Amino acid sequence: MGDHHHGPAKGLSRWLFTTNHKDIGTMYLWFSFAMFILGGAFAMIIRAELFQPGMQLVEPGFFNQMTTLHGLVMVFGAIMPSFVGLANWMIPMMIGAPDMALPRMNNWSFWILPPGFLMLASTLFMEGGAPAFGWTFYAPLSTTYAAPSVTFFIFAIHILGVSSIMGSINIIATVMNMRAPGMTYMKMPLFVWTWLITAFLLVAVMPVLAGAVTMMLMDIHFGTSFFSAAGGGDPVLFQHIFWFFGHPEVYIIILPAFGVVSQIIPAFSRKPLFGYASMVYATAAIAFLSFIVWAHHMYTVGMPVAGELFFMYATMLIAVPTGVKVFNWISTMWRGALSFETPMLFCIGFLVLFTIGGFTGLMLSIAPADFQYHDTYFVVAHFHYVMVAGAVFSMTAAVYYWLPKWSGRMYNENMGKIHFWVSFIGFNITFFPQHFVGLAGMPRRIPDYALQFADFNMMSSIGAFIYGASQILFLYNVIATIVSGKRVTDDRVWDGAEGLEWTVATPAPYHTFEVPPAIDPTPAHG
Amino acid sequence: MFRITQNPAIDTVIKLVTVAVAMFAFVFVVMVPLYNVLCDVLGINGKTAGAAYTPVSSAIDESRDIRIQFVATNNEGMPWVFRPGSTMMTVHPGAANDTVFFAQNPTPDPMVAQAIPSISPSRAAAYFHKTECFCFNQQPLDGNASAEMPLQFIVDRDLPADIRTITLSYTIFDVTDRAANTLATR
Repeated sequence: MGDHHHGPAKGLSRWLFTTNHKDIGTMYLWFSFAMFILGGAFAMIIRAELFQPGMQLVEPGFFNQMTTLHGLVMVFGAIMPSFVGLANWMIPMMIGAPDMALPRMNNWSFWILPPGFLMLASTLFMEGGAPAFGWTFYAPLSTTYAAPSVTFFIFAIHILGVSSIMGSINIIATVMNMRAPGMTYMKMPLFVWTWLITAFLLVAVMPVLAGAVTMMLMDIHFGTSFFSAAGGGDPVLFQHIFWFFGHPEVYIIILPAFGVVSQIIPAFSRKPLFGYASMVYATAAIAFLSFIVWAHHMYTVGMPVAGELFFMYATMLIAVPTGVKVFNWISTMWRGALSFETPMLFCIGFLVLFTIGGFTGLMLSIAPADFQYHDTYFVVAHFHYVMVAGAVFSMTAAVYYWLPKWSGRMYNENMGKIHFWVSFIGFNITFFPQHFVGLAGMPRRIPDYALQFADFNMMSSIGAFIYGASQILFLYNVIATIVSGKRVTDDRVWDGAEGLEWTVATPAPYHTFEVPPAIDPTPAHG
Repeated sequence: MFRITQNPAIDTVIKLVTVAVAMFAFVFVVMVPLYNVLCDVLGINGKTAGAAYTPVSSAIDESRDIRIQFVATNNEGMPWVFRPGSTMMTVHPGAANDTVFFAQNPTPDPMVAQAIPSISPSRAAAYFHKTECFCFNQQPLDGNASAEMPLQFIVDRDLPADIRTITLSYTIFDVTDRAANTLATR
């Protein structure tokens, strides 16, 4: 505080007490990568067990703990914090603000995350083991039949929820109040727009998740019967509450990814983004629709036909704004001066694979067909196409794209391209065969399977090991860049890159835009 | 936009925290009651009314025969013997009917049970009126004791014409611990 022109403090206290958006962004990014490795290790155990039919490596109970923790760590530990980190780094620089609106709250929202995940991971060493009821923690599996560690799981979810809510309040406050003069809403980069809408979704639904786990806590310890039929409650109520949170949650994960792709594709197509305004409206439309489609996750609970039809048509409607986005990205590339650096490769990979995931989502939205697909590997394949090839690929693209601006050094392009191709091939070997075994009836979350699924499962496991190994290459490339990459001096780094973040020095100084930049008054995206 | 404080960023925070707190409350005071009311009104989850129905005298529709099937299920770990006195009966809409369920506690200890009803097809739930049911209350049984538990019901004359069979299923839960806690706290 006080003198704003000093550099970062020295030593550990810099990171503990920092209120600098770049420091906090960096910590979020490293933390999420650590969680990505941890969640990935859980996935490797799952795939090793499924390498062959029969029980080989782990106990079925431990297998269930692995599927549960893999989902929880990847969703709440890897993907969400990584995009919050990106928001911290980029949003102030993109709107010409000196920092986030609430720097100290920013520090808190990061620093309560590691204890939360420590609490979640510590359940692995408790009596009865870690939570083993799936990341969706349906009651009564998570209440009546849960291990005692479920209480720690509940508090961990509370902590992550508080962190997410504080982070999103900060983002909204920053975007609404800190934009440089002349930076109107419709001039904001699309990444800022998608995050603004995502943050509103988070503020609306994270409390719902907190409510759901609070009810679990009360059912377990205080004798209430929200989800217990014996006391007049209803387990199906849990599913409604969970998915009322859970469906907006999947857009919370994917909307910032849309924002990243909307920044990178124009840069390497050397053309402005096609259909900027329609992108903004499509994002808002997806966010609105996300609140009225939740029951498509629970077609098989015994809803009335009218309910099934409503949720089916509402879900299909999401394909319209999503289609607008996909066609806009393709139109941006159309007749552009394309070049295929690593960030662009990951964005094109995103575009192809996310579209496949969107199509399988459309298949799953069809209520009568979903009765067959429900809880099979087809669902697993679907959501990994949108979560991994969607969110993780775009996050990887973002790291390659902005790393030179962050570190002042250029990553190894050849190694980046190898990382992309190995990831892309490994990912598809892992998840494409899961469509087939799913349609053939292989249920998810089961440590053993019928013999006819053996070949495809072995393929899946080999692909998973390839994909997992390629992330080590990524880690190496990032560290090598920061330590000894070739220095970049050009502010713009990429010749096609547009936006305020490319007008500051490279590497980005500790404090940027202490004086608001001048914004071109003509419509930027006309 | 109305202002709360001089600092617009703090203003935004106050508004958003209010939204977050409201959404947390929304789960408890809106979603749960709304779910129960909707299930009640629409009979979606096959639940019947939790309290006795006061019969309004109405004519018996002898032109229709409705088959009523009775199903009894023990929840996991519930050791009681629990079965319907008769598995099926044919009734006329509007008529009052009596039947019993049989329960026996084979353990040496006193236990308390709660039966939870479910109607299939769920559309019929709103037309299936119980004037007396053992499911309205918790059922205590001493060790090795048995009981016949009464059920009286009327099928509404407005039952949709396409419904000819109604299945009434009871699942019996062991609520001994829960009942003991409730007594202890009273």
